[in-house]
Amino acid sequence: MNVAVDEDKCCGAGSCVLVAPEVFDQRDEDGIVLLLDPSPPEPRYAAVREAADICPASAITLHENP
Amino acid sequence: MISGVTPPDVLVVGASVAGLSTVEALRRKGYEGKVTVLGDEPHAPYDRPPLSKQVLSGAWEPERARLRRHDALSALAADFVLGDAATALDVGADQGSAIVHTAAGRTWSAGAVVVATGARPRPLPGMPGMPGMPGLAGVHLLRTLDDAIALRANLLTASRLVVVGDGVLGAEVAATATSMGLAVTLTGPQRLPMAGQLGTLVAARLAALHTARGVNLRLGEAVDGLVGERGTVTGVRLGGGEVIAADVVVAIGAIPHTSWLESSGLRLDDGLVCDEHCRAADRVYAVGDVARWRHEALGLSRLENRTNATEQARVVAAGIMGEQLRYAPVPYFWTDQFDVKIQVHGTLAARAEVTIVDGEIGEGRFVARYERDGAVTGVLGWNMPKQTRLRRQEILDSLTPAPGTSHREKT
Ligand SMILES: Cc1cc2nc3c(=O)[nH]c(=O)nc-3n(C[C@H](O)[C@H](O)[C@H](O)COP(=O)(O)OP(=O)(O)OC[C@H]3O[C@@H](n4cnc5c(N)ncnc54)[C@H](O)[C@@H]3O)c2cc1C
Ligand code: SF4
Repeated sequence: MNVAVDEDKCCGAGSCVLVAPEVFDQRDEDGIVLLLDPSPPEPRYAAVREAADICPASAITLHENP
Repeated sequence: MISGVTPPDVLVVGASVAGLSTVEALRRKGYEGKVTVLGDEPHAPYDRPPLSKQVLSGAWEPERARLRRHDALSALAADFVLGDAATALDVGADQGSAIVHTAAGRTWSAGAVVVATGARPRPLPGMPGMPGMPGLAGVHLLRTLDDAIALRANLLTASRLVVVGDGVLGAEVAATATSMGLAVTLTGPQRLPMAGQLGTLVAARLAALHTARGVNLRLGEAVDGLVGERGTVTGVRLGGGEVIAADVVVAIGAIPHTSWLESSGLRLDDGLVCDEHCRAADRVYAVGDVARWRHEALGLSRLENRTNATEQARVVAAGIMGEQLRYAPVPYFWTDQFDVKIQVHGTLAARAEVTIVDGEIGEGRFVARYERDGAVTGVLGWNMPKQTRLRRQEILDSLTPAPGTSHREKT
């Protein structure tokens, strides 16, 4: 799985960090999403899918079969 | 009666974020039944927060507000039936299913119905749709993509805007339109913009921001009506009689969209009333802006914010699949005004004690903590999103008694 984020859309809610802290963080200065791991290992897939679904800005896109 | 059996099909009424999130949560949980999503708007699901910000200002093409790409929507294997409105719900019509009727004369029967019809704007006297009053050109409501496009087109040719409504949306539209070069007046019954949501300390800071950027604040007086000439709006009349001139007026304020449920026999009281599992009746659930559910600590609650729609959807999807979760979220909303991003976690109780715990008000970057009776009820960030989120835990800690303290000692 490949993860991409659109910084321009991100509203800094941090919902992604709450469900998948190994994959997402936020910048200290403006709260915009930081992608820690663009190709997370399989055990994290479920959390990453949830993060993409709940992101209030639809800023996370997943490519399931790279 | 709770059957505990997963229904073979689900009908979601409302094709926006709450409806879509419910479908996504169902599929994430492995639901394999048939899913139909009925929506009255002609558009594929799109997001509302950008409407008062990026779409209104023109920074985004309307297309960018789409919630999901085409392939992500198809992957849900749900049937989206758009451009047709639900007109009635029959809860117990036949064993095991509920029935929804639509404006186009269609009838859907499903093992579970999810009400996700959101809210609709509260019209002003003198607006189209108000009995006995002709509609005036230049008067707008803001809820849908089409509303945002129409308002933007009007702002591009106008010079004076009056915003009716001093809540989040009103303040956002005032900021966006001011940045577009219009002379903007913000009106509403509160003394400070968003006073009800933010408390006096931060609302005063917000008022100062708006004033510094050129917004004319005419607050503390409710709007009484509109004035017009030859079918076009020319101003807004305040309670005290003063008329503020305008070429465009936008009215903000929303009420839950439950009119189509009036014949259902379900309890409607500022939303569709639900239990702590977001269930209004056997087989009927509600999610998002329209849902008023029993929060175990706060009683009947309704939230109008973007993250609530998605978080509540998770609980509804679980309920449909026979797993009874209680919905007791830490509420969250954000707003963008000028170059300021405000984030609020929890609730900012009216008589709370407010402490600045990070940054400084004067510096334009701070986190404020709201406490009541020694318990943290909420945190607010002003241009400090991450630092604010990190303090969300303090709200949770306040809700959960520390080991060794009994619940009674805490309350
Ligand atoms: C302009 C604007 C800006 C916002 N900005 C923010 C923000 O910055 N931060 C934040 O946290 N929140 C914000 N919000 C609030 C957030 O957008 C809402 O909480 C969220 O959209 C609620 O989602 P929902 O799906 O419950 O309802 P809605 O988004 O209202 O969707 C309901 C859908 O159901 C459809 N529908 C209604 N009746 C019927 C029927 N009878 N049959 C079929 N379909 C029907 C409607 O047309 C609509 O498409 C904003 C809202 C608006 C309007
Ligand atoms: S959840 Fe979405 S909006 Fe929030 S920080 Fe993550 S990417 Fe940004």
